[in-house]
Amino acid sequence: MKVSLGPVYFYWSKKKLLDFYKEIESSAVDIVYLGEVVCSKRNQLMLSDWLNIAKRLKDAGKEVVLSTLTLIEADSELKRLVRVCKGSEYLVEANDFAAINIMSKQNKAFVIGPNVNIYNAPSLNMLAKKGLKRWCFPVELSRVALQDTIKEKDKNIEVEVFVFGNLPLAFSARCFTARAYNIDKDACKHKCLDHKEGLLLSTQENKPFLIMNGIQTMSANSLNLIGQVETMREIGVDIIRVSPQFTDTRKIIKIFKNRAENLIDSNTATEKLRLLNSGPYCDGYWFEKEGMKRVKSA
Amino acid sequence: MELVCPAGNLPSLKTAIDNGADTVYIGFGNETNARHFMGLNFNESKARQGVEYAHSKNKKVYIAINTYPQPSVWRRWAEAIDSSVRIGADAIILADIGLMEYASKKYPKLNLHLSVQGSSTNYEALEYYYENFGIKRAILPRVLSVAQVKKTISNTPVDIEVFGFGSLCVMVEGRCILSSYVTGRSPNTYGACSPASHVEYIQNETKLETRLGGVVIDSYSDNETAGYPTLCKGRFKSMGSTYYALEEPTSLNALEILPELNSIGVKAIKLEGRQRSPAYIKTITKTWAEAIKQLDRGSYKTKKEWNQALAEVSEGCQTTLGAYHRSWQ
Repeated sequence: MKVSLGPVYFYWSKKKLLDFYKEIESSAVDIVYLGEVVCSKRNQLMLSDWLNIAKRLKDAGKEVVLSTLTLIEADSELKRLVRVCKGSEYLVEANDFAAINIMSKQNKAFVIGPNVNIYNAPSLNMLAKKGLKRWCFPVELSRVALQDTIKEKDKNIEVEVFVFGNLPLAFSARCFTARAYNIDKDACKHKCLDHKEGLLLSTQENKPFLIMNGIQTMSANSLNLIGQVETMREIGVDIIRVSPQFTDTRKIIKIFKNRAENLIDSNTATEKLRLLNSGPYCDGYWFEKEGMKRVKSA
Repeated sequence: MELVCPAGNLPSLKTAIDNGADTVYIGFGNETNARHFMGLNFNESKARQGVEYAHSKNKKVYIAINTYPQPSVWRRWAEAIDSSVRIGADAIILADIGLMEYASKKYPKLNLHLSVQGSSTNYEALEYYYENFGIKRAILPRVLSVAQVKKTISNTPVDIEVFGFGSLCVMVEGRCILSSYVTGRSPNTYGACSPASHVEYIQNETKLETRLGGVVIDSYSDNETAGYPTLCKGRFKSMGSTYYALEEPTSLNALEILPELNSIGVKAIKLEGRQRSPAYIKTITKTWAEAIKQLDRGSYKTKKEWNQALAEVSEGCQTTLGAYHRSWQ
């Protein structure tokens, strides 16, 4: 089983992004997803910068996939999408049907990200004929749904499961970060840059609830499926995905990689993650419960 | 412009038809559609009566089968499609591409509409559904500005339907799982958002708290009217303030831009609210039918009493133009 690093959801400075991916070059990760997937106004890195990072990661032996925007509304966003999809020597992660359409028209292979609603095998098998190479399982679904789908799906489609990080729960046209500052989205002054792990939203009881990240809403709890890696291997998952964190991403990748290769047991891996202080955690969706719940501690 | 009105039962369907709806959209009484509420919706026999009634008045019925089936329950969704064909629905409204393929292969003559739950916000995405399934129409998510709707229309052969009025989704429809994060049930999987089964109203010494799945969504002092705890419309804390962080309790009302929507080529206006009462259906249908009639006469001006009637049945008694106006975003 391989370990992948998902796209960075947050808005980080150019320096942080360059340093971050420099570190990833020598990490244990197998596959790296690169590119902006949340907001087209985020411009610390241009396409050429991303391609430079891609080249270095490829030279370091990593498989590179270019991720694309999730919510595509403006014409400028479509044009940028076409540039990525048509010009790329790398595999592309489609996060909207626009990207699926562009890739399939060119007969190019593509990956489907976790925010595209593919909930069953008939949908997957239809897309397999259009070039689908890999499917990242929607975070809302359970182990049971995954197991059932794997049984019926085209055998050539690889299965990837999001296993660690704040859950991408919703996308909107509205920018909640700009709203928090009481400023217009069109004059947002790139406020997201000040919130490297997003903007915490708590309940009136002061319980952390959600993370506002521009137009995206995430869970405040971090998904952690370290205890399920064994099960995933058994049911036929090919890749497990870690979502980039502001700190300790390399260490988290290493823990999942060691677990994926069975070099450490589940309890040791769980304890190592706990020591990184990366919680609180949730895993409810995997067990057919509320997504915010923590069902198993290991 | 076609006026597409909601109905959660036969009396509502008849009310909509009798008050000027061109089309009524309905769903079956299970999780195959995005308004899966206790006691709401149609069985096959009631749906058939609805279709017969509508057809007798030269009106149409569309059936929404717009949630995403998981492997173990796939059959139920396929049966909803078969059932819609049996009773003579004028179109079915789908989101899942597996179902789209099933319907387009088995019933090549059936009119397919892409549901708002399909989250298509641009013409490239629409092209996929048009080329592969021959969809006739798409309902756009409530996230586009008027200029973006216009751009989409001028680049697609698919007819475009947009929302004119009703409860406002702040997030892109189909791309929001906040509800299942808190309750285990979402529009995509279960056909419900912030389901009543998970709602609690708790009176403390000073405040009335509303909770969803145990999470405090809002609290109200004595002089405030408590609202339903739809989770994107609660008051939460961020950076030291407690406020409606995502959206206020409000409804969409696009009456003011109806002529604009018409001139850019919108084919149909959809009104939200299958879960609401026949009285609500009557108010919104009558108001919008009158507005569209005025528009057709070429003498459109939004009447104060229309907005007033709509505000009275709105969430929090207030309305917004939503994403149609850039400033909302």
